[in-house]
Amino acid sequence: MVEIRFHGRGGQGAVTSAELAALAAIEEGKYAQAFPSFGPERRGAPVMAFVRISDKPICTREKVYEPNYVIVLDPTLLKLVNVEAGLKEGGIVIVNTTKTAAQVRKDTGIKAKIATVDASKIAIETMRVPITNTTMLGALIKSVPGLISMEGLKHPIDHRFGPIAEKNVKSCARAFEETVVEG
Amino acid sequence: MSKQIGIEVSIACAEAAGLCDVDVVAAYPITPQTHIVEHLSEMVADGHLDAEFVPVESEHSAMSACIGSSAAGARTFTSTCSQGYALMSELCYIAASLRLPIVMAVANRALSAPINIWNDHADLMYARDTGWIQIIAENGQEVVDLTIQAFRMGEDPNVSFPVQVNLDGFTLSHMIEPLTIPDKADVDKYLPPYRPKLRLDPANPVTFGAVGMPDIYTEARKAQDEAFKNSLPYIEKAWDEFGKQFGRYYKPVETYKTEGAETIIISMGSISQTAMTAVDMMRAEGKKVGLTRIRLFRPFPAEALFAAIKGAKNVIVLDRVTSFAGGHVSGPVALEVKSILYDRKHHPKLRNFLVGLGGRDVTDQNFMEMVDQVAASKDDGVPVAYEFINVRE
Repeated sequence: MVEIRFHGRGGQGAVTSAELAALAAIEEGKYAQAFPSFGPERRGAPVMAFVRISDKPICTREKVYEPNYVIVLDPTLLKLVNVEAGLKEGGIVIVNTTKTAAQVRKDTGIKAKIATVDASKIAIETMRVPITNTTMLGALIKSVPGLISMEGLKHPIDHRFGPIAEKNVKSCARAFEETVVEG
Repeated sequence: MSKQIGIEVSIACAEAAGLCDVDVVAAYPITPQTHIVEHLSEMVADGHLDAEFVPVESEHSAMSACIGSSAAGARTFTSTCSQGYALMSELCYIAASLRLPIVMAVANRALSAPINIWNDHADLMYARDTGWIQIIAENGQEVVDLTIQAFRMGEDPNVSFPVQVNLDGFTLSHMIEPLTIPDKADVDKYLPPYRPKLRLDPANPVTFGAVGMPDIYTEARKAQDEAFKNSLPYIEKAWDEFGKQFGRYYKPVETYKTEGAETIIISMGSISQTAMTAVDMMRAEGKKVGLTRIRLFRPFPAEALFAAIKGAKNVIVLDRVTSFAGGHVSGPVALEVKSILYDRKHHPKLRNFLVGLGGRDVTDQNFMEMVDQVAASKDDGVPVAYEFINVRE
């Protein structure tokens, strides 16, 4: 079973991102759970969302304490939140940032492997909004091969975004190309 | 056969009510029930569900409208939780005594104070003496299935009681997971149209809810009690027939690895899933632990529960509510279990733990700690009615 934690700010789409990842996994015949950090929704406040993906039925309702991967939708959170908390050995922190992995490591002291992508720029250029939910999923697909696929995401994105689905798919695909995963 | 889809459990619950062709939905939004009611409102507004959606001004009005519509012979659905349930509770007793098979999804949430929107079973226990059938889901699929079954159970002329479908707030209501939404044609086959023996009809006037003077009140209450007691086999029948048709079987009490178990945990709702994982982990360590899950809390399935736990030396009962009884009697689930054991002169070592209050997580580690604690405890000295676990001192 793989567990993922998303860090974003209310309104940026962390919850949507988690939902789409789970829906893509289910679309591909896997089992999945997606859930927000339950509570009142506050635009701009730091929020988390969680995903579990497994080949077997998932029989737990615990919160996610030790994720395999962490996705950071908003670079300003790196200074506020310990995004590496509980990250499993061999895990990856996937960050929306203009910086390189080495710079992020220098700024934050993150010890785990880091993947970087300028998702805000991609989102603005392809969709004209700085909402990086689908974009960061492209970075996830690049960073963790075989977990979910572009193909699996297509239907959930179509269903969620209707007329702007295609732009979201483009943004996701471009992030896949541009994400740099540390060796 | 319908395929598994990824869907939020609240939306699936609303879809299930829609598949049952509800005629009237009267509800007031309250977190974490909101998505259920929002989606039903959308279904009606978009023309996908031919029902009357009554956007009432309070939960008290919601249940009042439900009583009226159900008494008129309409299939009626509502949903609430916590403070909303508390506000409507006055009417809930009446719905049961008038024998109206309203179905209500309760996205279980703690009661204030402190203000808390998160999950526990305070509202479930608040409702326990109202005369409603109470069934409890452990996962999203069960929420869908129990919602459909609830109409069938409640509307059975041998039952004729309202039914509460309990789903843990947030933990289930806000979860996206794979589940199967049954085909409409299959639901139609399982659930015949609602045809009450008596209904409010100007052409054939009858009185519902007349006054009961002291010379009749006791008889009326005894008749209601008898009917409630006698509803159990018909509830089981609704489950059996669902199983035969849909391949998913339900029982009032479910067991997991209780065969040869020295210690049996008794739980309700979604934490049972984590408990099953914990049981697997403890079994792998050679500990003889099993799990019994209560799916039907009212009417209480005493015989089935006794059969499930009678082989155990140690019984751990979980309660997810503080009942403020003064410290020397147990929580509500443990009270039922103790009563059953006492009546049958059976005395395993029993511990009652209060867990998962107001959204506090219950982890597999917590279950292991409870089992170890009971195994290590001695049965002498002053009995402990209950203990809080996972609490800061």
